[in-house]
Amino acid sequence: MLENFDFQVVIDAIPFLWEGLKLTFLLTFLAIAGGLILGVLLALARLSHIKPLSFLAASYVNFFRSMPLILVIFWFYFLVPYIVGRPVGGFYSVLVAFTLFEAAYYCEIMRAGIQSVRKGQAQAGQALGLTYKQNMQYVVLPQAFRNMTPILLTQAVILFQDTSLVYVVGLHDFLVNAEIIASRDNRLIELFSTVAVVYFVLCLSFSLSIRTLQRKFSV
Amino acid sequence: MIEMKNVSKWYGDFHVLNNCSTVVEKGEVVVVCGPSGSGKSTLIKCVNGLEPFQEGTVTFDGISVGESKTNLTKLRSRIGMVFQNFELFPHISVIKNIRLAQEKVLGRSEEEAKKRGMELLERVGLAEQALKYPGQLSGGQQQRVAIARGLAMDPDAMLFDEPTSALDPEMINEVLDVMVELAQEGMTMMVVTHEMGFAKKVANRVIFMDEGRIEEDCSKDAFFGDTRGERAQLFLSKILNH
Ligand SMILES: Nc1ncnc2c1ncn2[C@@H]1O[C@H](COP(=O)(O)OP(=O)(O)OP(=O)(O)O)[C@@H](O)[C@H]1O
Ligand SMILES: [Mg+2]
Repeated sequence: MLENFDFQVVIDAIPFLWEGLKLTFLLTFLAIAGGLILGVLLALARLSHIKPLSFLAASYVNFFRSMPLILVIFWFYFLVPYIVGRPVGGFYSVLVAFTLFEAAYYCEIMRAGIQSVRKGQAQAGQALGLTYKQNMQYVVLPQAFRNMTPILLTQAVILFQDTSLVYVVGLHDFLVNAEIIASRDNRLIELFSTVAVVYFVLCLSFSLSIRTLQRKFSV
Repeated sequence: MIEMKNVSKWYGDFHVLNNCSTVVEKGEVVVVCGPSGSGKSTLIKCVNGLEPFQEGTVTFDGISVGESKTNLTKLRSRIGMVFQNFELFPHISVIKNIRLAQEKVLGRSEEEAKKRGMELLERVGLAEQALKYPGQLSGGQQQRVAIARGLAMDPDAMLFDEPTSALDPEMINEVLDVMVELAQEGMTMMVVTHEMGFAKKVANRVIFMDEGRIEEDCSKDAFFGDTRGERAQLFLSKILNH
């Protein structure tokens, strides 16, 4: 039965698949970076004593967490060019969508992280004369990140998998490129099993390194 | 140096500080004691503005702590504080714990901050531990580092909130020794503690708190003599019998 399969097709398609994988990686990486920065700011806003600020941040988080990601992607695909006033290309609108969407999740993770740092730590920083910003930057956030590293990384794996949704706006990521070859050469099984293996290996090795990290940090 | 006038604070209906007034002169060592929940921590945290209060005034070296125009961070950098649970920063080394605020708040260079830090670690007997992380030290060592961290800012006064009550008995003295030395050098200190040996040795005055009120505020001799009030008497007999 195996003779019916032609994995030469896959080998020939490697450069093309790699192009797609690069987009997947790039999108994952940029969305994590953007989502983290925005997520931290949102978490600080949510924990702020300024009521309107924490209310706004909470509304933001609740809004995005009750939207399906695919809807957000669609929405920004049509909305971003409209706001900017000119076409921006699928990549940027998708990047905006992912960043804003992930930020809501990172916000909740970071909020829990900040709350996991004992209150006395912030007081000690204050007592030394650190400003709010310095205290966050040097005392609270590093500890919050450390406590949350495993969950942040798990969220990154989820995001990596979710980037495959970009097919809906016609972006050529790893999965889409595989699909193009698959239908061109009528080699669906070969290509899709390759995609599955690649996703599996990447996610598994990432998860394993998370576990190693976790063990290291838990001393 | 520290002046509290009719300070009151509420948590909802709960009156945590009830019309508290006292003065700590420069170079004075004042011990604050009283039963759990009587408001001791809250009282000393009013001095550096870690706890806001609703009524009264607190001034430090003539600067009003509660006023919104006061530069609180600047003021706090002049007042060292040592906590019950040490509160060293666990993610950075001992020497970095001591360097951090020197560099970020006082604007000292890395070298200067390190030099001052090492001097103080030397002084509390922990110079060899400089590169370790707080979690690798014993409680007594951590608390001595915390004192060094406070002193590194060259503060005008030091506040201590039960600095030895989280320590195993055999470590209490190593911390108290550092504090006694500091007191003898003339540091202005406000110390919440139940270590009456420390009070007898170096305190100028003792404040006894109960239910948010300053019940006694008298010289050490008066406090350990027999002029103190009934509640203080009872409290003292309890802790001395333990
Ligand atoms: N955030 C808060 N909300 C409500 N009540 C509080 C809060 N913080 C402290 N209290 C109450 O205020 C009272 C005084 O607290 P404080 O910590 O000053 O007491 P203490 O004398 O230092 O006691 P201990 O010896 O246990 O440290 C306590 O009864 C405590 O329960
Ligand atoms: Mg207390």
